[in-house]
Amino acid sequence: MSGAEQGGGAEGPDRFSVIREAAADAGAEGALMTGLPFGREIGMRLHSAEGGVAVVSVPYDARLVGDPETGVLHGGVITALLDTACGWSVMAAPVKLLSTATLDLRIDYMRPATAGETVFARAECYRLTRSIAFARAVAYHGDPEDPVATAQGAFILDRAPAKEAAG
Amino acid sequence: MSPVRTSAAGQQAERDALLERLTDSVPYNRLLGVRFDRLGDELTGRMAFRDGLIGNPVLPALHGGVTGSFLEITGLMQLAWDQVLAALEAGDADADGIRAGRFPPYPKTIDVTIDYLRSGRPRETFARATVQKAGRRVANLHVEAWQESRSRPIAMLRGNFLMPVGTAGAH
Repeated sequence: MSGAEQGGGAEGPDRFSVIREAAADAGAEGALMTGLPFGREIGMRLHSAEGGVAVVSVPYDARLVGDPETGVLHGGVITALLDTACGWSVMAAPVKLLSTATLDLRIDYMRPATAGETVFARAECYRLTRSIAFARAVAYHGDPEDPVATAQGAFILDRAPAKEAAG
Repeated sequence: MSPVRTSAAGQQAERDALLERLTDSVPYNRLLGVRFDRLGDELTGRMAFRDGLIGNPVLPALHGGVTGSFLEITGLMQLAWDQVLAALEAGDADADGIRAGRFPPYPKTIDVTIDYLRSGRPRETFARATVQKAGRRVANLHVEAWQESRSRPIAMLRGNFLMPVGTAGAH
């Protein structure tokens, strides 16, 4: 296994299911990602994860600032948000997975995030092969057409073993 | 002790203090607990492990966003520190400002590509940046992060950073 793992690992896909179900009940606020310690640390929220598309967000927080002069969030926060969104879009793809890990991620910063505003990320897993998933994502405030950043990445898949026919 | 030695030791202590102040001026650096050691003009980032940095509790493994952030922080800090050092060495008005806690504006990230090579284990992580080109407007960086051995990096970043207007690059 490499890199930045998401998903349930040895415990199976339960962690994913739990958070996804929480997101379904969460409404506009999204669900706190309690199964993801760093997600909880920075207040990340999951809004939806279905059909290979995931939406997550990070509310503005002074602890996440990268430029003390402007109060703009650190680029690393946007990286964490986009990586998480892409990983969840892969976990939400129509394939049974134990987990997935980021192989690589390319991020382009279009403009600084606006101080004081929540940043959303919408990711789409647009291609699956036997062992690799390809995902892309946009980080934005109100309008995905006016992005703060865009990302594209490759993810390695740890597929659930096919069930043996019951004897 | 000769006056020359005292002055050299004083200069090193001053630079250590300025580096710590520069590091802690960024709230997100403090959240991740990133520190920097310096040898000459080269910085080594250090990030102690704590539970809040985990992405996958089952393995457990560092969150990819934490590793990616640490790489970007190390790159940005190396660029910012290079500007501070240049001003201190020149001993101009900027140097006086820096001593009073007014650091030059931060470089801005244009793009980064992160390769995740190995799982980040629950232990201290290190990172070092190499400035491939310090241009007047854009700097290109390569940053590597490792844990138990520098020959086994856990992740690498390369990226372009926009230098603040009015600061001179080396080339």
